[in-house]
Amino acid sequence: MAVGDVMRMEIPSGGDMSVTSPELHVLAVDDSIVDRKVIERLLRISACKVTTVESGARALQYLGLDGDKGASGLKDLKVNLIVTDYSMPGLTGYDLLKKIKESSVFREIPVVIMSSENILPRIEQCLREGAEDFLLKPVKLADVKRIKELIMRNEAEDCKTLSHSNKRKLAEYIDDASSPSPSSSTHDDSSAKDFPSSKQMKSADEKFSSLL
Amino acid sequence: MLGLGVDRLQADINRLLTSLFHQGVLDEQFLQLQQLQDETSPTFVYDVINIYFDESEKLLRSLRLLLMDREFSDYKKIGLHLNQLVGSSSSIGARRVRNVCVAFRSASELNNRPGCLRGLEVVEHEYHYLKNMMHELFQLEQQRLLAAGVRYPM
Repeated sequence: MAVGDVMRMEIPSGGDMSVTSPELHVLAVDDSIVDRKVIERLLRISACKVTTVESGARALQYLGLDGDKGASGLKDLKVNLIVTDYSMPGLTGYDLLKKIKESSVFREIPVVIMSSENILPRIEQCLREGAEDFLLKPVKLADVKRIKELIMRNEAEDCKTLSHSNKRKLAEYIDDASSPSPSSSTHDDSSAKDFPSSKQMKSADEKFSSLL
Repeated sequence: MLGLGVDRLQADINRLLTSLFHQGVLDEQFLQLQQLQDETSPTFVYDVINIYFDESEKLLRSLRLLLMDREFSDYKKIGLHLNQLVGSSSSIGARRVRNVCVAFRSASELNNRPGCLRGLEVVEHEYHYLKNMMHELFQLEQQRLLAAGVRYPM
């Protein structure tokens, strides 16, 4: 390796930039077993991975937001979209929406509310709280298609921003790598220019993994 | 000869569905369910409808028990059950059942006991009609599958 060559970084697969894997993982929340079956099928036929739960409490549990040391670290469980019914016993869809938007870890996940009632103040309240969209039940294939396109478009834009910032970080990393560390021994001086010390690599690693 | 069997059965199925749509028993949401059925989920409609039947019968039994109780006063609970019935009926395209549930719900919101009893009778009637029609539909589809199977041996 000569000075100026780019060091290839291995980005771990699974749980990284979701634009590279076309399947969205959707968490669907509904207390009605019939509706869960229908929404699951609507999403699966639209090429999404689906997890269904029967309540807001279960949804929080699944996400690891219920206070117990949950699954929050597992990348396999990364949820790209939450679709929830509004009227549910216990935590309503609105309550769930609020909890998600209050969470620093999960607030970026888009939330879509479903309701059989076309109540304008309710819709406005949800949109104000940060809901991505509001679907009137019964939900149709066209609704799911529209939501999916919206989410994929947003994710693609996020990744564009992300890749700009990645390029910048990579440039910084290369700068770090080309200046020799003061702790390297003198007779290894020339090779210190080509191969950055493990300490420098680690700090660049940390910069990279914070993006994932 | 066997081909005719399939065609005739298909015609019977189409006629039944057309009639149900015409009567307002089913609406376009039922068509949506059919669109969700394919080779990867070949019994989807049958499965959902059966889940709907199980749930609905539980709710109807519960409603009857509540209203038959001479000391009944829990109209709110009636309302909650009816919300579920309205929602699930709407999700499968059972328009008439949904509509009579809405009417029943209005009676419960007015704390009108005789109105609720009447409402329950109407819902039970419409529900059983729907169930019979769905059974007939599934039977025809089953027969058609068999007829098609005989025609195209694997």
